[in-house]
Amino acid sequence: MVNKLFRRDEIIKKFSDGQRIMIGGFATKGVPDKLIDALVESGVKNLSIISNDTGDPGVGQGKIVGNQQAVKYLCSHIGRNPEAGAMGLSGKMEVELCPQGTLAERIRCGGSGLGGVLVKTGLGTIIEDSSQKLEIDGESYLLATPLRADIGLVKASKADTFGNLQFHGTSRNFNPLVAMAADLVIVEAEEIVSLGTIDPDFVMTPGIFVQMILANEGE
Amino acid sequence: MATSREIITSTVARFFKPGDVVNLGIGMPELVGNYIPEGVLLHTENGLLGYGPGPQPGLEDDNFVGAGKQYLTVVEGASCFDSATSFAIVRGGHLTATVLGALQVDEKGNIANWTMPGKLVGMGGAMDLVTGARQVIVCSEHTTKTGSPKILKNCDLPLTGAGVVDLIVTELCILDVTKNGLLVREIAPGTTQRELQAKTEATLIFPEEIALMDIAPRPAV
Repeated sequence: MVNKLFRRDEIIKKFSDGQRIMIGGFATKGVPDKLIDALVESGVKNLSIISNDTGDPGVGQGKIVGNQQAVKYLCSHIGRNPEAGAMGLSGKMEVELCPQGTLAERIRCGGSGLGGVLVKTGLGTIIEDSSQKLEIDGESYLLATPLRADIGLVKASKADTFGNLQFHGTSRNFNPLVAMAADLVIVEAEEIVSLGTIDPDFVMTPGIFVQMILANEGE
Repeated sequence: MATSREIITSTVARFFKPGDVVNLGIGMPELVGNYIPEGVLLHTENGLLGYGPGPQPGLEDDNFVGAGKQYLTVVEGASCFDSATSFAIVRGGHLTATVLGALQVDEKGNIANWTMPGKLVGMGGAMDLVTGARQVIVCSEHTTKTGSPKILKNCDLPLTGAGVVDLIVTELCILDVTKNGLLVREIAPGTTQRELQAKTEATLIFPEEIALMDIAPRPAV
């Protein structure tokens, strides 16, 4: 079977200016920190990032914000990163806020071939102003449209060499969703195991969704 | 004597019973966990159902944290899941209740707790929680730090949810949000109806019989 292990320098070459990049993680946990470091090192600019949040200043996604590589963040929360807040308010970086559950569902739609889902979240709030409102059987809903990206960055606790993934605890969060919704999915795993090691019943993300896995140093 | 926060959070915990599934918001609502009876399953939107108190020093695990980034332990029967499943629990009506703080709440059950003018913060999961939980409980000091009312006729900050609040618990009272307005269910000992109304912009409904709030210090469980 295809071996998807790649060196860091091979992964860095995949980043380019203006890409739309989706990143797993919640605050500073379950975040693909090594892949973010690689993205920061690449120095590419004008990125549109889709992610739950903007991390902490100088930590996780905060590094992308601090390095001024993003022109846009689509996320549910930036409150832990005052730097992102200041850049959003000054217009230096566009911030589009989306309720967290709606964001998760939009990403799931993007990876599942769905044209959107209808949610009640945001009815009667400013979210309604920027959404299409639909009535189904007398009930009002807002249309949540699908999201996809050029590149998805995913953190797993365990990956086999084909990219079958497992996640651990609350570090799962958006990662399995991101793994389905990007053209090129790159995984960073705490542990890389040989093919056949993970029982198929306990694979959380099937390897077909994954194109590249960051190899351990020296492999 | 119990502090305001102890009174509020221990009072909220009285509303839960074993078997309930509850999401506690970030900040003061987290303290409700100190008084919650065994058998209530706590949900955190970053993907865990069934968490317990914080771990002993040295046993913190980066893979078990709450939405406020605090370290957690898990209880027997706990489960972990991705964010889509987590919000299916929230929006699908599988949460018995959510407990949230508020910047403002009003007599129509509107709540504003996610942003203020000149701030860029984000709603996180708050809009989903107030929309999807079967019961929305606001847990808040009765007035702002400067003594202005937080319980208003109309919220003027951007809403988190419209007409979603069921119950408001402060250090001074427990209010039911009804279609006629805010009904005083319990009042703190030593607080008169006139005083309570003076600290509240919304017009309160005082039924003939109002129970006294139990504000005695309560041991954490």
